[in-house]
Amino acid sequence: MSDTARRFEEVLNRPSPWLDGAGPQSDLVVSTRIRLARNLSGVPFTHRAREEQLQGVVASVSSAASSTNAFRESFLLRMNEVGPLDRQILVERHLVSHELGDGARPRGILLGPEERLSLMINEEDHLRLQAMASGFQLAGAWAVADKADDELADALDFAFSEEMGYLTSCPTNTGTGMRASVLVHLPALVLLQEIHKVLKSVMQVGLNVRGLYGEHSDVMGNLFQVSNQTTLGQSERESIESLDRVARQVMETEVRARERLVRDARIQTEDKVWRAYGLLRYCRAVSAQEVINLCSAVRLGISLGMPGLAPLRVINELLVLTQPAHLQRTFGGELTPAERNVYRAQLVRERLAAAEGTGA
Amino acid sequence: MLCQICGKNPATVHFTEIHDNKMSELHVCERCAEEKGLHSEPAKQKFDIAAVFADVMNSMTTTEEERVGHVQCPRCGLLYSAFKETGRLGCAECYSAFQFQLRPLLRRIHGDTRHKGKTPARDGEVVSIARQVQRLYDELQRAVEREEFERAAEVRDEIKRLEEQEKAPRAGVERSK
Repeated sequence: MSDTARRFEEVLNRPSPWLDGAGPQSDLVVSTRIRLARNLSGVPFTHRAREEQLQGVVASVSSAASSTNAFRESFLLRMNEVGPLDRQILVERHLVSHELGDGARPRGILLGPEERLSLMINEEDHLRLQAMASGFQLAGAWAVADKADDELADALDFAFSEEMGYLTSCPTNTGTGMRASVLVHLPALVLLQEIHKVLKSVMQVGLNVRGLYGEHSDVMGNLFQVSNQTTLGQSERESIESLDRVARQVMETEVRARERLVRDARIQTEDKVWRAYGLLRYCRAVSAQEVINLCSAVRLGISLGMPGLAPLRVINELLVLTQPAHLQRTFGGELTPAERNVYRAQLVRERLAAAEGTGA
Repeated sequence: MLCQICGKNPATVHFTEIHDNKMSELHVCERCAEEKGLHSEPAKQKFDIAAVFADVMNSMTTTEEERVGHVQCPRCGLLYSAFKETGRLGCAECYSAFQFQLRPLLRRIHGDTRHKGKTPARDGEVVSIARQVQRLYDELQRAVEREEFERAAEVRDEIKRLEEQEKAPRAGVERSK
């Protein structure tokens, strides 16, 4: 097995470290992400470039990256050399976008240790640098991305204009090319039906809110991604500070809502949490959507300090491990949606049982 | 519930999107989700650029719009009308070629047109091997375009030499190459 294959195997065999539930304020924020978009000055943007130009981009970017400290320990995966299932796994782990995951053109990803830092090559922009961190760590993630970007800029000519900043394929990224986002968990605000008011105020200050997949009543496992919208007219630091400020306000509102839940509806809340836990612990067939919603309730219970539930890390990891490609890899082969539900239930039971230290 | 696209299979993939304070929902089966490139991951962060274009263009007359549509980037050949359709620019040069059209667009999107963030940290003294290699790739490209194959071969050899030089001290260690 080649070194690259072995290291990819290592990545696939362990859950994403940013799901470890150990970062600051992990009871409210699952993860923090900073993404920087960059292009090489002499080459047309990815969608207009020819195959051999894109190969040149892969070659010069990976060569430049190998001389940096930030990517010293990383390895290059070429998308056309990665099978469709493994590509989908990278998408489920938030390492690769759907666009990069198609594997048809010369594209790749440089993966750093612990998945903290990664670099997509020839996505919508030639370079998409991504720093991921567990919990609420905007400043930390920015420091990592900023440093890596400086090192890369030392070796590569980025498309840049003094007036408009970093020039990107889509004008929504022009300027800093930065998207900073935090994935916040807001179950109490949803339960108390105050979420729309909160989201509205977040969007009014120019931030963007998106969810994970969701259904009418219980929206997307109560996980919301809050990110900056504008990239011109604001420095990276200003964007991050404004996101930081707003995210803290949202978190504070959620904390107060959780306190009210415990004060006014302790039994109902505990009942909801333990019913969710019971379903996860003993189910025999379950959809990914249901797992995410049930995990949300258990997550709430953990945050409220209810004893006897699984550690936060185990619950966070289920979000990714129960996705279709991860499941199919774990259970060795292609599965129909119905089969997946059965294997998913098995995986969830086993992981919760292991956390309890008993048999499934 | 049945898939909202094919209307045949049960909807097992659910999307909720919040945009401009409005929440919209989509319920589809896995096959349609795959076919439509929908994915149950929040990768769809695309600004609704069509709406912004529509807004900017509404303020123009038809002839004006036609004239603007024919503006072309001298480097990559992209027409402004094509940019309008896809929302993607073709190369860095497009920013200069379409600057008069882009400024109002950027203002609409960001509320500003001036960059206030960082500038690339350029190492003025030592041009790293990687940057030399990148420049040579650009040159190789141009040589091939002009069908100067002798020059292209020279450049290719030079790239090879530099890449080997770069690799040499780390022989035996496979990393990010």
